[in-house]
Amino acid sequence: MPFKIISSQCTGCSACETECPNVAIFEKGGTFVIDPKKCTECFGHFEEPQCVAVCPVDKTCVIDTSLPRYQPPA
Amino acid sequence: MDAAERGSSARKTRNGGETTLATEPKSCGTLVSRGKASCGAHGGQADLPPAIWDKVKKHPCYSVEAHHHYARMHVAVAPACNMQCNYCNRKYDCANESRPGVTSEKLTPEQAAKKVLAVASRIPQMTVLGIAGPGDPLANPDKTFRTFELVAKAAPDIKLCLSTNGLALPDHVDTIARLNIEHVTITINMIDPEIGTQIYPWIFYNHKRYRGIAAAKILTSRQFKGLEMLSARGILCKINSVMIPGINERHLVEVNKAVKSRGAFLHNIMPLIAAPEHGTVFGLKGQRVPRTSELKALQDACEGEMNMMRHCRQCRADAVGLLGEDRRAEFTKEKIVTMTVNYDPEARKAYQARIEEERHARIVPTQEGAGEHAGGTSDIKVLIAVATKDAGLINEHFGHAKEFQVYEVSRSGAKFVGDRRVDHYCQGGYGAQDDLAAIIRSINDCHAVFVARIGGRPRGELHKAGIEPVDQYAHELIETSAIAWFSSYLEKVKSGDIQHVERGDGAIRQDPMVSVA
Ligand code: SF4
Ligand code: SF4
Ligand code: SF4
Repeated sequence: MPFKIISSQCTGCSACETECPNVAIFEKGGTFVIDPKKCTECFGHFEEPQCVAVCPVDKTCVIDTSLPRYQPPA
Repeated sequence: MDAAERGSSARKTRNGGETTLATEPKSCGTLVSRGKASCGAHGGQADLPPAIWDKVKKHPCYSVEAHHHYARMHVAVAPACNMQCNYCNRKYDCANESRPGVTSEKLTPEQAAKKVLAVASRIPQMTVLGIAGPGDPLANPDKTFRTFELVAKAAPDIKLCLSTNGLALPDHVDTIARLNIEHVTITINMIDPEIGTQIYPWIFYNHKRYRGIAAAKILTSRQFKGLEMLSARGILCKINSVMIPGINERHLVEVNKAVKSRGAFLHNIMPLIAAPEHGTVFGLKGQRVPRTSELKALQDACEGEMNMMRHCRQCRADAVGLLGEDRRAEFTKEKIVTMTVNYDPEARKAYQARIEEERHARIVPTQEGAGEHAGGTSDIKVLIAVATKDAGLINEHFGHAKEFQVYEVSRSGAKFVGDRRVDHYCQGGYGAQDDLAAIIRSINDCHAVFVARIGGRPRGELHKAGIEPVDQYAHELIETSAIAWFSSYLEKVKSGDIQHVERGDGAIRQDPMVSVA
């Protein structure tokens, strides 16, 4: 389940963009979005998802439950 | 040299050297070295070592006198931040350095560099480029340093300046030194972690979010380390502190001592700005903002410890121009794209040399004796507001003033203690009535307002409010006039003509600075 950004809440501050270990986050029309194919839930990199940890607005970077959980390569 | 000194020197020029007015050395507000206060005889140089004077003489924020001559600009290339402050709403700007409620125009480093050159070629007295957000410049190190690199290459005469919350500072000190960034401002609001918990909900450090006491402790240790590293390299550090009544106001005296002992050069205590419409935590919970008297008392209490900055206007992350003005509307992204840049270092040099010549022409040695002038042994102190466009002279109409310089007058002389920003009252049209009331509120702690001219209605309203409009010193020197007026004030008090009453408080403007272009 990759993370996604609730764009109506995003302030466009770009803090998450530089913290994502997979460069999965990019700007789109003033707010930011996560590429679900690149997001690994920060698995293997950090204890917590970096976009969640650094975002100034609570509940803006959230799990996208409609997509399957990230599977680390075997 | 500050307004006071310019005043006495201009007088000398006029009266052929016969200067009867003096400034109390310690009170002049000039930038002076560690505690050894003096207005100095060298145009504000005071007892600063030449190397340091060289760094500050053209920096409007580091030298109170330079801010009348030289302009600065900020470029908003740094949106991200690595912590949260309760006085900030990231939707707008970093309230740390900027007025909240308005968003700065974000630029890429390339756009920013072009903007700097465009401004430098049109405003030859622009000497300083600062990066102050809108987030934290060091949370955006690539964009920040890339911008500085581009500018240093294209316009090596522009001084580079950086403002940070300090969390990431120790990691970047080497880069700061390498890029020849001579001025760094660190915002330090507390050193007691308990107090920190009331100001900072969280920090993001080493890939983790920290809260509470732990966050505050990490922040302080990082700020101190950064400050010490910078001082050791001879980089000038200014400390900004936001005064938050009920939370850190007494504590800032401790902060002042702590930063001084770590080599800070200048301390700037600024009032919290918090209105509900800014959407900050403090704004929403109705945190009280300081009164002018509280702010001044705190600044006075810290003054003996180190140099205090009193001319701060809390400018935006994309401000352009002299400190009291805002010319950013002339340099928006769209306008810059179409601007032809004609950066001519020689022309800039020549222009600035003329400014320096003018500064030098006005210098006279400091003299003693203001005490007698202001009469007797009275310990009465009053504040006066002055409408001025050129430091040292009372030469602005009441209705045209965009801000008033406030002086404290006592028998030891007249001392600059700050500026009050106001809207023009004389813009005609609607709301002029309200504007006048707002101006009166903002200088309500003053006993008199000195102007070049003033209309009948404002004159009447000021009288009603208990503020004396004074226009008989039009186009005269502020200092001399203030002391002359004060002497007669004291006489009237003595003779019983008038009664000396304490004034109330002035209001600190909470709304964003609008363009005055
Ligand atoms: S969870 Fe980690 S990998 Fe996924 S978008 Fe956020 S920062 Fe990037
Ligand atoms: S950190 Fe949060 S607010 Fe900032 S850009 Fe990312 S999602 Fe938006
Ligand atoms: S450092 Fe500035 S941008 Fe960051 S949270 Fe504090 S006030 Fe806001």
